[in-house]
Amino acid sequence: MPCIITGQIFFMKEVIAFYPILIDGTITTIILTVLSAILALAISFVVGLSRISKFKIVRVLAIIYLEFFRGSSALVQMFFIYFVLPMWGIYFDALTAGVIAIGCNLGAYGSEVVRGGVLAVGKEQHEASLALNYSPYKRYRHVIIPQAIPVMIPTFGNLLIELLKLTAVASLITISDLTFMAHIIRVQTALTLEPFLVILVIYFIIASILVKIVDIIAKKFSRGRNIMIAGEN
Amino acid sequence: MYWSWEVAFDVLPQLAKGVVVTVQATIVASLLAYVLGLGIAILKMSKSKLLRIVLYWTTEFIRRTPILVQLYIVFYVLPDYGIFFEAFTCGVLVLGIHFSTYTAEVFRAGIDNVPKGQWEAAKSLNYNQYETWKNVILPQAIPPMIPPLANYLITMFKETPLLAAITVVELFRAADQYSNSHYKYLEPMTLVGVFFLIVSIPSAILAMKLEKRFKQRKI
Repeated sequence: MPCIITGQIFFMKEVIAFYPILIDGTITTIILTVLSAILALAISFVVGLSRISKFKIVRVLAIIYLEFFRGSSALVQMFFIYFVLPMWGIYFDALTAGVIAIGCNLGAYGSEVVRGGVLAVGKEQHEASLALNYSPYKRYRHVIIPQAIPVMIPTFGNLLIELLKLTAVASLITISDLTFMAHIIRVQTALTLEPFLVILVIYFIIASILVKIVDIIAKKFSRGRNIMIAGEN
Repeated sequence: MYWSWEVAFDVLPQLAKGVVVTVQATIVASLLAYVLGLGIAILKMSKSKLLRIVLYWTTEFIRRTPILVQLYIVFYVLPDYGIFFEAFTCGVLVLGIHFSTYTAEVFRAGIDNVPKGQWEAAKSLNYNQYETWKNVILPQAIPPMIPPLANYLITMFKETPLLAAITVVELFRAADQYSNSHYKYLEPMTLVGVFFLIVSIPSAILAMKLEKRFKQRKI
């Protein structure tokens, strides 16, 4: 490579010429991120709250789920869902398989966040809601979970970034996300640095936007909480 | 599609070879992550604001972008500039550098938790920078860091299958190669999953125990 600097400026144009598929890839990555984040969030709450259930069988099932999805690698789970399950007649298209694998995997990590958040709420809050004769559902819905959420948000924010990064792995099961598109550009133009550099920057921008959003949400929740505490005192 | 022990035993020798590579990659990458992480943590406390800002954004950039893409960059791009690494070396380098940005946070928190009086005490003993770190700060900072560092070791272990994407024949790729040549997907992939569970569940329990032990000591 005789002149790296001028060479790159020149080749960048060639990569930018592929902008339609880069945009498609970005959209796929965002869809994948949003759908699996929703699934992961739902699983986090179900499994996390099951961990503190009164019934032993529920707790054990939750632990099995947690250890299973946290213990085996995300890539292995993805391949299992996409390549092995069809042999038992369970077919998923690539996007669904990716969403299920990412959602289940991050859901396991998220359940620990939910459990930690709920346990961080003081015992007196449980006793107070018992004294108010709240049913378990009301106790969690109105007393425990609203106080646990501000504790959970920063960690959920970190997990969201992990989730975004995991979507790149989904390109290996033929989902045409950003990473997949970068490969197409690499094969078509024989350029290596440029396509990957471009998508790295796109990933970084998406992640930074997510970090900002989580920051804003965290501030909103903690502000509400301060007012509540101030009102109580 | 039923489970066949014949296939399972047939694939085992290849998986065993893959396991060796997986373990090697984990060990080398984690050592790199620990050493680099400590370096980054110490540099992040530098007096130069410019250095701190550059380090902050560099580590954030690495943390906010996927390992897989970073692997591709190192694997496909470096040869263009005349730098030829084996796939294994590339993979270990990327894993190590990626997770050093995480371990750096652990080290930074650990160092921050050393009381200020210890720094002052070291100063009053007329220790130089090196002696202060070696004799006073690090011996106190490191024990509480061990559980989170152990957790990152487990995480790195679970990330090694990504190296398969850059042609490192570790456990996952060994299974995948077998699957593709024999059209048997169930047994190899299941065995890989089971292997990861066998290793990571006991080590997670161990890490939890470590955490409890070091917490007790603190009180």
